[in-house]
Amino acid sequence: MKAPLFDYVNATSLDQALGLLDQYGEEARIIAGGQSLMATLNMRLSQPQVLIDINSIQGLSGVRETRKDIRIGALTRHMELLESDIVKEHLPLIASAMPHVAHVAIRNRGTIGGSLSMADPAAELPACCVALDATFELSSRSGQRVVKARDFFSGLYTTERQDNEILTQITIPKCAPQQLHYFEEINRRQGDFAIVGLACTAAVKKGLMSSKRSLKALDVVIFGCEDKPTRLAQTCLHLIGTSIDKNTITAAKQKLEQELNPTANLEGRADTKLHLATVLLERALLSLARDIGTID
Amino acid sequence: MDNQRPSDRESIIGKSVPRSALRQLVHGRGRYTDDIQLPRMLELVFVRSPLAHAKIVNINIDDALRQPGIAHIFTGADIAEICKPWNGEAAHRPNLKSAPQYPLAMEQVTWQGEPIVAILAETRAQAEDAIDHVFIDFEELPAVVDPHGALEASAPLIHPDLGTNLADEQLIEAGSPDEAFNKALHVVEADFTFGRQTGVTLEPRSVIADYNSGSRSLTVYQSHQSPFQMQDLYAQNLAIDENNVRVICPDVGGAFGVKLHIYGDEVAAVASSVLTGRPVKFVADRMESFVSDTHARDHRVKARMAVSANGRIQAFEVDDLSAVGPYGHARRFSIVEGLQTITSAAAPYKFKHYRGRTRIVYQNKNMIGMYRGVGLPIACAVGEQMVDLAAAAVHMDPLEFRRQNYIDDDMYPHTTATGIHFEQLSLHQCLTQLKALMNYDELRQEQQQQRERGIYRGIGIATFIEQTAYGSRYYGPTEARVSVQEGCTLKLEPTGKVRCLTSATEQGQGTTAGIAQIVAEELGIGVDDISVIHGDSGTTPYGGGSWASRGAAMAGEAALKAARQLQSNILEVAAALLDLAPQELTLSRSRICLKHNGQSCMELEEVAKIGHFRQDQLPADLQPEFAVTRSHVPRNDVPPYYVANGVQASYLEVDTHTGIIRLLRHWAVDDCGRILNPMIVDEQVRGGIVQGIGGALLEKCHYDLQGQMLNASMADYLVPMASEMPDIHVEHVETPTRYTQLGAKGVGEAGTIGAIGVMWCAINDALRPLGAQVKEQPFTPEVILDALKQTHQ
Amino acid sequence: MQNTREIAFTLNGEEVSHRVPVRQHLADFLRHELGLTGTHIGCEQGVCGACTIRVNGRSARSCLMLAVQADGCVVETIEGISQSGEIADLQHEFIQRNAAQCAFCTPGMLMTAADLIGGKEPVSRDAIRDHISGNYCRCTGYHAIVDAIESTLNKRLASDKSNPHHG
Repeated sequence: MKAPLFDYVNATSLDQALGLLDQYGEEARIIAGGQSLMATLNMRLSQPQVLIDINSIQGLSGVRETRKDIRIGALTRHMELLESDIVKEHLPLIASAMPHVAHVAIRNRGTIGGSLSMADPAAELPACCVALDATFELSSRSGQRVVKARDFFSGLYTTERQDNEILTQITIPKCAPQQLHYFEEINRRQGDFAIVGLACTAAVKKGLMSSKRSLKALDVVIFGCEDKPTRLAQTCLHLIGTSIDKNTITAAKQKLEQELNPTANLEGRADTKLHLATVLLERALLSLARDIGTID
Repeated sequence: MDNQRPSDRESIIGKSVPRSALRQLVHGRGRYTDDIQLPRMLELVFVRSPLAHAKIVNINIDDALRQPGIAHIFTGADIAEICKPWNGEAAHRPNLKSAPQYPLAMEQVTWQGEPIVAILAETRAQAEDAIDHVFIDFEELPAVVDPHGALEASAPLIHPDLGTNLADEQLIEAGSPDEAFNKALHVVEADFTFGRQTGVTLEPRSVIADYNSGSRSLTVYQSHQSPFQMQDLYAQNLAIDENNVRVICPDVGGAFGVKLHIYGDEVAAVASSVLTGRPVKFVADRMESFVSDTHARDHRVKARMAVSANGRIQAFEVDDLSAVGPYGHARRFSIVEGLQTITSAAAPYKFKHYRGRTRIVYQNKNMIGMYRGVGLPIACAVGEQMVDLAAAAVHMDPLEFRRQNYIDDDMYPHTTATGIHFEQLSLHQCLTQLKALMNYDELRQEQQQQRERGIYRGIGIATFIEQTAYGSRYYGPTEARVSVQEGCTLKLEPTGKVRCLTSATEQGQGTTAGIAQIVAEELGIGVDDISVIHGDSGTTPYGGGSWASRGAAMAGEAALKAARQLQSNILEVAAALLDLAPQELTLSRSRICLKHNGQSCMELEEVAKIGHFRQDQLPADLQPEFAVTRSHVPRNDVPPYYVANGVQASYLEVDTHTGIIRLLRHWAVDDCGRILNPMIVDEQVRGGIVQGIGGALLEKCHYDLQGQMLNASMADYLVPMASEMPDIHVEHVETPTRYTQLGAKGVGEAGTIGAIGVMWCAINDALRPLGAQVKEQPFTPEVILDALKQTHQ
Repeated sequence: MQNTREIAFTLNGEEVSHRVPVRQHLADFLRHELGLTGTHIGCEQGVCGACTIRVNGRSARSCLMLAVQADGCVVETIEGISQSGEIADLQHEFIQRNAAQCAFCTPGMLMTAADLIGGKEPVSRDAIRDHISGNYCRCTGYHAIVDAIESTLNKRLASDKSNPHHG
């Protein structure tokens, strides 16, 4: 199919883009990498009155380091994240997730801001941002506001971004030296959205004996199950302060089963997804336990 | 005729000669149908049914006609005025019921995606803009989706005139199966569910029709496997003199059976050109491809096998039920999958007692037709899985069990209990070669060691047969106007180069390259001295086209005959010029040579030049005949098909926690008869295997209970990508058919036929120690996990 | 509503100016307005890879870009990189190994594979498979494609080794 009729503006400044957003409201669509939007236009699933192209706006792209944080411009392409030394050093969870994001030609154009705004419940980057407690900068004509990733995703393909706002920057705390992470997703083909995926970060309280080492902090996010990335707050709460062993893993899996409510799709029934989520949780905890030294 | 080759020349047949057609294709200089632009051409899109089953109450096109760029809009009734319907009946099968099918829906729609209204505009985008302005009132009817439900007394009838949703039922019985099952020591049983698949040609179905209202002639460019079938259909159904109908198949971007059929939308595009007098282009977009390209499979099979204590198969029974959409495919029928399932399952094995039943029902889903392998992948999977279960029942190694039960080498020619005739198969040789190729014994040891570490790997073996090149005794009695002959015209050009016009069509298989090798061999010239023209019903000899893995076997034989005749004609002229007898001469390295010592006498180019420009130098009564046409049609006194065979093996790992399958290695030993070009054959086998793996692991058309397809997009219907596919090791055995001079049988479907079965066997081999067994394909993580879950209960 | 725009960009080394409908994707523009039909359309959804071209030096799906977005860009298609000879050796290997059947995927596959053959290090078969996974081939089974890419890269590396000053 061919895209429906729309008008197109190549915005050259953020002000211009925000002005157009104010003017057209929900009739406007922002096009960044366009790797999801163009497909929906070609299928006429999206029929905007005007397309606002933000690719020419200076200053919306790039990864930079501050004392505490990593700042990622919303127009930063997936390929830049994949190749970024800063990301490798300071955001190892994102670095582990990036090879799972689509394929080379898509990564060359797709942007982090586009992916987060699209809010696909099975996508990698929203889950990582929730796990890493990222904050998103949303700009509008009335100024800027900051929304935590954990509040940003509100449902299936929906976010807290208002129609007159553009996601302009993502801020993620640098990984602390002792911080651990784990990322895995289950899919049938490399590069596809996950059937079920898991992103997690953890910190360890050091004891002298490895068996005394316990979890100081833990954030586990499951994606591909509910209508948005699911932070397993209760399951994590249960695990914090414990050292990971066979018993705590079993208990954690039971907690997960209470906490997670997967929705069925063509890739699997709810019970299948729940099972896969427990498998991923177990693998994540075993990996952390090996890192900590509580399990060989 | 003496066909001994001169000893100073190596044979070109059997060499891995690169395909010359690829030179333009790798430069992006191919020409596929959508690449063609004609002056004043209109673009066509269809309003398709959003419902699986409904009465059409009213169609209002007034608003749509007023939209920008719209030239014409046609309904089913408009098209039906100039185009007769077609029907998937077969004259020799009075019990096979099928309703007449019109290009566009008439009073009712019978599947989601059925074309209803044709919109013609200056651009495709404008035509699509008008879709929302066509208003159709439907009266929704209950949809028949489930094959079992289709036969219930309460089921709505899709075509009330037929009085039933049962398309056909076929029974085969040999020996005394009931008695054999009663007496048997072991009886193994299994149920099988085969999901719906589709071919996903990367180039969608495409057609450009150009009707000249002055000359009342029709030229059609069509991405199709059989230009001759379509020429016949346009002449018959649109009532145009056949000499004025020309169908050209330019480069075709994959076909796999999908592009063999007669599609209402394509015929409506052609009819639209007749109605408007302007060229009309229709290219299916990917979403409409999924709901209109022919689908395949969708079978439920019950099977049981009786086996003796010493591991001899004694009896076999197959009960197959399949649903084929709302119509039978005209000329190709929709019952062949079912028939092949019950005639080919376990056919490589010797047993005397057999019963097979297939029932084919109509339903409100997209039509089912010929897709690579047709019913043979189902037959192979059922037969091979039953053989594995039987071997397990008697605690025999599955490979040795197969060897013990194969038809013995001294039993050919052989007719199976299922009713198939084998001229000569190489079952034992293929298995022996496979066993060595895959290092079977060591692999079993490795598998055992992995199991002890909690890693579940499976080894699957699947023996397959491939019936190819169906002949006139098969298609003739159907009165379906399917030509099984192939033809070849060879023209010697004045410089000694050759043009070859073949009725074979090419969708990338390399058939035309093989034909060039045959011609080169016989004429003693290089393959680069030959240009092959194909896919044009107006210029090449008449033929069938590409289907049933027949290109090399049939068109190759025609080329061989033509080349031998042209060689004879050339040597006759040369002999006159040299004052020798033609029998003393031969052609080699583009020269006329003495047969007894290979000594060169003159250049072929010189003979060609004289034959074209200096006929004054020839004897008065010698007519140089440098254009030769020959045809080949299989004899009526031999079975109406050839049978190729082979065996595949798969080694894979099942993650029993996630249900994810990792393919480790794959092997195939294939016997396609005489091999023209091993490299091309290897890639046919590998490509076929990967398509079969797609069916086994990934591909399924998901429908809901209302008959709506849920994954009609490229992102949601998964096909294999490079990452997950294994390297595939291919070896060959050559058992030429004696029914032709060439001896080729066919290979296009071999890989696909064996792949689902070999995966089925490998996965269940991996799960066997856990007591689990998959019964449903595709083998998704959920199917695997469910199978494992059942063992815990 | 203004529905067309004037664009100017570099296409296969030449400057091109054209007026384009803003809703037209780049693949349709290249194929139907400029006659560069080597770029194929298989899904218009960015999934199959048949329309892969190069934009500003990086591979991109031309069905997932509007033609207007090519304004000011450097665009290369299969016709361009064939004519320049950049992938002549890769194309030769594709032919020698029958790494294409219907070849509808081939231009896109070559555009993607071209990324792999310019490096200085060998690339494993698994890494090759990974890299070309965004490009569907429905005919070959991929094995021969992997062979062709691997062989081209190895020949280039060998020739770099024997001619250290070359290139």
